[in-house]
Amino acid sequence: MNETQTFWEFIVAQADKLLSQTAAHIGLTLISLIAAILIAVPLGIFIARKPRFSAAILGFTGILQTIPSIALLGILIPFLGIGPKPAILALFLYALLPILRNTYTGITAVDASVKDAAKGMGMSDFQVLMKVELPLAFPVIMAGIRTATVINVGVATLAAYIAAGGLGEFIFGGIALNNSNMILAGAIPAALLAILLDYLLSLAQKISLKKLNLIYVFIPFVLILFTSFFLLPTKIGGRLLAGFTPEFMGRSDGYLGLKAVYGLDMETVVISDAMKYKAAYEEKLDVIDGYSTDGRVKAFNLVTLTDDLHIFPPYDAAPIVRQATLNKYPELEGILNQLAGLINDSTMTELNYRVDKLNETPEKVAIDFLKQNNLYQPGRQGNKGTIRVGSKIFGEQYILAQLYKLLIEGNSDLRVANKTGLGGTKICFDALVNDEIDLYPEYTGTGLLVILKPSPDTVAALSKSAEAVFQYVYREFNEKYNIKWLKPIGFNNSYALMMRREKAQSLRIKSISDLKHYINRN
Amino acid sequence: MIRAEQLLKRFGGTIAVNKVSFKVPRGGTMVLLGPSGCGKTTTLRMINKLVEPDSGQLFIDGKEVYNRKPEVLRRSIGYVLQHHGLFPHYTVAENVAIVPRLLKWSSEKILQRAEELFIKLNLDPALKNQYPAALSGGQQQRVGLARALMADPPVLLMDEPFGALDNLTRIRIRKEFMELDELKRKTVVMVTHDIQEAFEMGNQICLMDKGAVMQLGTPEELLFQPANAFVEDFLKDQRLLLELKALKIGQQSAWALMDGMNRADLQQVLTRVIKP
Repeated sequence: MNETQTFWEFIVAQADKLLSQTAAHIGLTLISLIAAILIAVPLGIFIARKPRFSAAILGFTGILQTIPSIALLGILIPFLGIGPKPAILALFLYALLPILRNTYTGITAVDASVKDAAKGMGMSDFQVLMKVELPLAFPVIMAGIRTATVINVGVATLAAYIAAGGLGEFIFGGIALNNSNMILAGAIPAALLAILLDYLLSLAQKISLKKLNLIYVFIPFVLILFTSFFLLPTKIGGRLLAGFTPEFMGRSDGYLGLKAVYGLDMETVVISDAMKYKAAYEEKLDVIDGYSTDGRVKAFNLVTLTDDLHIFPPYDAAPIVRQATLNKYPELEGILNQLAGLINDSTMTELNYRVDKLNETPEKVAIDFLKQNNLYQPGRQGNKGTIRVGSKIFGEQYILAQLYKLLIEGNSDLRVANKTGLGGTKICFDALVNDEIDLYPEYTGTGLLVILKPSPDTVAALSKSAEAVFQYVYREFNEKYNIKWLKPIGFNNSYALMMRREKAQSLRIKSISDLKHYINRN
Repeated sequence: MIRAEQLLKRFGGTIAVNKVSFKVPRGGTMVLLGPSGCGKTTTLRMINKLVEPDSGQLFIDGKEVYNRKPEVLRRSIGYVLQHHGLFPHYTVAENVAIVPRLLKWSSEKILQRAEELFIKLNLDPALKNQYPAALSGGQQQRVGLARALMADPPVLLMDEPFGALDNLTRIRIRKEFMELDELKRKTVVMVTHDIQEAFEMGNQICLMDKGAVMQLGTPEELLFQPANAFVEDFLKDQRLLLELKALKIGQQSAWALMDGMNRADLQQVLTRVIKP
C-alpha cells in the first residue's frame, strides 16, 4: 500500500476502525477474564478443600492450555459458529489455568496454624474462607489474574481469525499486506492495553480484603461483565454473510475491487484462511474468498462464482521452460504441451482434493490421470539426458511436476530429476534463471505481479483478459530472461468468491453480479 | 469442669486415641504429657471438636458438648497454639478482637478488655497497631494468650504454648503465666512433651503413650507411685530434679531452697538430702 503514509497518518485515517477494534478487544478480554475468575476462583477453593480432585482438575485445565489457540478456535466453530462466542469461550478456557492454579496454591499455602487458630476460635468454615484464607491468598490469586489478563490480551488478537474483531484485524491484515503501519496500529494498542490492565490490577491488588464485604467485590465484576458486552462488534446477522481473509479485505484485487467494480455491499467479517472453508461448510458464512482450484473447494462442497467483470487477474497455469533446454531437446515442447488445455478448474480441484484431503501421493494421482486420458506410457529408462523439473511447495505443484516427469520419461529418452518443494515463486524463478532447474509450472498472474511487476495502469489494462496477460508475460519473459511460456494447462488458480453449492443453487447465484443483484433485491 | 469419657479416635487403621477418660475440676490444670505421636494433641483437639471423636462423650460443666454447634462451642473455649496462629494480616488489636467480634461485643467493650489484658500480660499498648510479624516470639505468644483470654472463657486449651520459644523466654513467660490470676480461675488443659513444664504447671498429669493413658494423677503420684514401667522409665532422666522440686522443706521445695546457693552450701544440702 502507501509506503509514504506515516504511522500517524494511518492512525488518523483509520481512527474509527482502531477505536472499534480496541473496544472489541477490551470486551473480549474482560468478558472472558471475568467469567474465568467467577469459575476458577470458586473451583480453586473447592480443590483446595478437596485435594483428591486437585490433580484431575488442574491436569485438565493444563491440557486445555496446551491446545494451540488456532486449533481450539477451529474446534469450537461447529458448536458456536464464528464471531465473539467461540472467541470468548477460548479465551475463557485459557484464563482458567493461571487463576485456578494460583487460587489453589494461595489457599493451600495459608499457614495451617493460622487456619487452625481461626477454627479453634469459633469461626465457621465460611468465615475462615472470607476472613483468613481469601485475604491471605489474595496477592497470589491476583498474580494469577494478572497473568491471565496479559495472556488474554495477547490471545484475543487471534479472535480476528474467527470474525470476532479485535486488534488482530489490523495485525493480521498488516502481515498479509506487508503493511507495517497496519501491524503497528494493531500491535501497539494491544501492548498498551496489556500494560494498562496489568497496572489497574496491580492497584486492585493493594486493596485490603479483610474489611471488604463480599458484595462490594462482586458488584463491579458483574457490572464490568455486562458493560463489556456492549464493546463487542454488533451482532452479525442478515441474509448473507461474507467472511474474507485480512489480506483479501485490504487488496484492490480483493474486497476493495468488489466494492468499487461490482458495487457489492454486503455484510463482511474478517476470518483466517484456515477457518473460512470450515465456517462456510458449517453454514456460518455464506460467501468466502479462496483460490479456485483449492482442494478444499471440493472437500467442503463449494462452488466458485464467475468473475464476470474480471476484477481478479487471471492466474492461468503453464509450464515455463529455459529456451536453452528447448533448443537442446526440441521434442520437449511437444511433450509438455500434451497437457495444454487438458485440466480445467474443477479437474484440478479434484486432483488437489485427492492429494490434500485424501492423502494420496501426487505420483499415484498423476498416473491415474494420465491413464484416464490415454496419455500414460511406461518410462523408457532412456539415457539421452536429464531434465530438472521444479515445483513450489504445495500439492498442486507437486502433481504437475509428477505429470511432467511421467510424460517426459514415457515419451522420450530423457530422464527427469524432480526438484520439488522449492520455497516460493522467487526461489523457483531464481533456480530457473540460474540454470539449476529447466522448467516449473507457473501462473500468469504471478509472473505478471510478482516477477515482472509492471505499473498499476498496465496491470489494470491487462487484467481484463487472460489472453492479454498470457501474451504479455510470454513476450516479456522471452525478452528479459530467455524463458518460454508454453501453452496454458487450462485451469485458472485465481482468487474467487465461493458459496456452498446448495445455497448458490437455491438462490440461483452463479456469478458475482448475480450475488450483487440478490443482495440489492433483498 | 471437664469430663471426658472413653474418647476414641481412629486415623485410617491406627487408633490415635484409645478410650481416654479424665476429669478436670473447675480451676484445675491438667497436662497431657507424652512422647510425640502419643495422642495428646488429638485428645486436646477433641475437647473443642477440632477433631471429631469416633466414640465417647465429653461434658463441660455437666453439659454434653458434642451435640452443640462446634463454632458456638469453640467461642466459649480459649485456644492457644504452639505457633501462636496469629492472623498475619490483622494487627495485634484486630487479632485479640476476633472472638469478641464473633460474639458481637461492642467496640468499647473490646477496647476496654484489651487494655486490661495488655496490662496483665505485660504487653506494651503501643504494640496494638503492629502486625504480628513485627513482634518478638515472646510478645507473639503473649498476644496469642491475650486473644484466647479476651472473651474470658471458662475453659482454656493450650497446645505446647511455649514450644516455639527459646529456653530463657520460655521459663520467664511460663512463670508469668502461672502467676496470672486470670489463669488461676480457669479450667486448663495443656499439651506438652516437656516433663519439667508438666510438673511445674499441672496439678494433674495425664501421661500417654500410643494413644492410651499410662497414668493419670498428681505430679507426686506419678513420681512416687508410678503405675507401670513406662511411667518410671519416662521420668527416669529427670527424676532427681523432679524429686528435688517435689520435696517440700517447709513452705518451699528443696529445689527452690537450693536456688541462689553457693557451691559449698549446695554440697552441704545435697549431702543431707541424698545421704541422710
